[in-house]
Amino acid sequence: MLIVLARRLANIVPTVVAVMALVFLLFSVLPGSFISGMNEDGRSTIDPAVMERMRKEMGLDDPLPERFAKYMINVATGDLGTSFRTREPVTKLIGVRVWPSLKLVFAAMLFAISVGVTLGFLAALRPGSLIDTAAMVGAISGLSLSQFWFGLMLMYLFALTLGWLPSFGYGDGGLRNLILPAVALGVGPMALLARTTRAAVLDVLNADFVRTARSKGMSERRVVEWHVLRNALVLVVTIVGLQFGSLMGQAVVVEKLFAWPGVGSLLVDSVFQRDMPAVQGCILMIVLFFLFINTLVDLAYVAIDPRIRYR
Amino acid sequence: MQLKGGSSLWIGGGLVAAAILVAIFAPWIALTDPVMAANLMNAEIPPDWEYPFGTDAQGRDIYSRIVYGARVSLTVGIASQICNSLIGVTLGLTAGYWGGWWDDVVSGLTNLMLAIPSLVFALAIMAILGPGLLSLVVALGLTSWSFSCRIARAQVLSLKSQGYIQAARILGYSDLRIMFTQVLPNILGPLIVIATLGMGGAILAEAALSFLGLGIRPPFPSWGSMLSEARDQIRTVPWLSVFPGLAIFFTVLGLNLLGDGLRDILDPQSTTRRT
Amino acid sequence: MTAPLLQVENLRIALASSGTTFDAAEGVSFEIGRGEAFGLVGESGCGKSITALAIMGLLRRPLSLASGRIVLDGQEIQNVSAAEMRRLRGKRIAMIFQEPMTALNPLSPVGKQIAEMFVLHQGASWRDAMDRAEEALRQVRVPSPERRIRDYPHQLSGGMRQRVMIAIALACGPDLLVADEPTTALDVTVQAEIIDLMAELCAAKGTAILMISHDLGLVANMCKRVAVMYAGRIVESQLADAIFARPSHPYTQGLIDSLPRLGERARRGRQRLTEISGVVPSIQAYPSGCRFNPRCPSVTDVCRSLAPDTTALPTDGLVRCHHHG
Repeated sequence: MLIVLARRLANIVPTVVAVMALVFLLFSVLPGSFISGMNEDGRSTIDPAVMERMRKEMGLDDPLPERFAKYMINVATGDLGTSFRTREPVTKLIGVRVWPSLKLVFAAMLFAISVGVTLGFLAALRPGSLIDTAAMVGAISGLSLSQFWFGLMLMYLFALTLGWLPSFGYGDGGLRNLILPAVALGVGPMALLARTTRAAVLDVLNADFVRTARSKGMSERRVVEWHVLRNALVLVVTIVGLQFGSLMGQAVVVEKLFAWPGVGSLLVDSVFQRDMPAVQGCILMIVLFFLFINTLVDLAYVAIDPRIRYR
Repeated sequence: MQLKGGSSLWIGGGLVAAAILVAIFAPWIALTDPVMAANLMNAEIPPDWEYPFGTDAQGRDIYSRIVYGARVSLTVGIASQICNSLIGVTLGLTAGYWGGWWDDVVSGLTNLMLAIPSLVFALAIMAILGPGLLSLVVALGLTSWSFSCRIARAQVLSLKSQGYIQAARILGYSDLRIMFTQVLPNILGPLIVIATLGMGGAILAEAALSFLGLGIRPPFPSWGSMLSEARDQIRTVPWLSVFPGLAIFFTVLGLNLLGDGLRDILDPQSTTRRT
Repeated sequence: MTAPLLQVENLRIALASSGTTFDAAEGVSFEIGRGEAFGLVGESGCGKSITALAIMGLLRRPLSLASGRIVLDGQEIQNVSAAEMRRLRGKRIAMIFQEPMTALNPLSPVGKQIAEMFVLHQGASWRDAMDRAEEALRQVRVPSPERRIRDYPHQLSGGMRQRVMIAIALACGPDLLVADEPTTALDVTVQAEIIDLMAELCAAKGTAILMISHDLGLVANMCKRVAVMYAGRIVESQLADAIFARPSHPYTQGLIDSLPRLGERARRGRQRLTEISGVVPSIQAYPSGCRFNPRCPSVTDVCRSLAPDTTALPTDGLVRCHHHG
């Protein structure tokens, strides 16, 4: 367990450095420097002298590798720089966003897992039945939905027409505000999980050891409880991990739609304001979350599958 | 697999064919010009016989705008998937074939692409390139090639171990010729499946980026930008939001069904099952 | 003579395939006495495995039991309820499968997989059942069973896994053990050990064996009586000793000729092993008449048009060939 953890953590560092280098490079080399961008956007024209001072202040005139090295050293010490716009430390800017983001992502995933896995499971136990057909039609429809359009329709129906739930915003951070964005965000992973679970359970039901279990005189229910569930779980966990990990990034649109104060909406706002330190900080956060979830998934494998330890 | 192989192929193929026909024949199918036919006298008319999907705040016919929007979605979908396939296949083939440090570089890149959610990556690229159709194709065409790359690489490695490649080399085939004549035909089926499913993803991503204001900018109609405009009026003019969303839904549903159906035919071992 | 333990009468197994059904096996009849070892021999695809599954009530789509009777200890079991069949499975008839690699659940310790039997059929507590699983492992001569019960299948060798399968199958002292190619996937040296172990344990417990194999030599050594199956039909059944001495069906003759035999070269000089020409036909394409006719060396016109009936042999056997009777 510890070895797996250590190996995973050792893998995270180079990935993070590479991601940061990529983002840094993209925003530094390509046209539209941030200062000039401010100018073009500019409702206020900036005095060239002021611009010169800003460039100096932000160290934008230093050579690129030096700037990157400086940035990475700062990141390593927990300093993500200062926002161009608000003049606040980016860590603080992101800090207040992390909790709402996590709440949304976890709620969406909870919805996706509870509904998706259950549906896939029921479908696999009765292949070809009405529930199977319905679940799979639902699943492929869920995969084809545009997140934000689905969110918009939910908003129209449950908030504006029926008035059951608030239409947008974080509110007091309670459950009522969370439901609609979480469902909108979770519907894609839910559909994917329903399909994966169904395929996984069907695979396992055809396995030789399930025939062995039946030959022991086990009821179908016991066969499923004792032998199918855990084996299907191994396959499902992979998808849960990948979906879960990328969800914070996927959330940008839903967060924008529901005015949810998460990392995703900060990212979009920062992109529009060409606030590079904040953009980098948000992407770092999203990537770290992905890598963190993946580490958890690897640990989950070790817990579920005895074969892994010995590989 | 899901549904019956046959029916999902036909329903999906039908929906996709319909979308393509609409895009090609947009000028004949549309009732009015999608941008210029604004008329404030006709603003916000609910769906009726004259305006089947209603009109927007500027009095433009939603139906006609959706018809033209199909062009954007399909162009972005097809062009970006061609990019992704080319990048993925090239990297995957060469990495698997040559191995060594190049393989390490490619698998590093693939892991990198996996770690950054593709929508976030595309968002960053759009921020740099600015809005527009070409930027969309570039942003979406550069960000989801890891799947085809992985499949191409795996196929090369498996053919290598079966001695195919050794045999071809002994016959004096050049590296490129081996890659294109021996390996590529073997992965064409899975690649088509991936591209079909990826097209659906790209159309959804285009809509999302346009919705955020980074993709196609109004007044030019794209399904995403129409939704972006419609959002503020959801309370008073809901039909503005309903129809572009349905257009996205049915197009992407068609592509997903078609992909599933094609997989049953082209890739029975299912290397392309979405993971 | 007492009633046999298992009577299989006129079994017909149907294979449903895109709208039509084919007979995967038909007219399969045999009897197994208490404690007797009975062999069922044939090339792969001849229907022996599905016959075994039919007896276990484990046929699954697209296969199904179309007609015939299966009588266990005087009770017809082909139509009993699923719950009743479950009580028989494991407790009175148990089965060992070909692939010990995949026949055990990879995520469950082997001890637990044995212990399930005691929990299922004897209402034992898990703690008690685990103790008995350890004992069962000791009986199949797995070394240091107290450690091995906590091992997972991937930590055991193929032979050890098959021993675990035997322990599972014999856990509740069944009347009949169905062994479907139990040693095919194992090393030759291990094969003999496993066969001896099975025979010994079954003899001690009075368990009858239905031994299914493509290896006529192996089956003849172990079993008193042998039935040979070809393309879904039993073509010959005989006493094991008699079948080598006087094979009656050309197919049996072919099987025997294709066996290498120790000392044969010294006795008859250097000789090629003969093989049976051609391949087993697929279920969808069984030839009319005698199903062996396209591969038979002594084929005549009647073989191509008319399916032969069974003929009694003087040595208490049956053969299904036009050239007898």
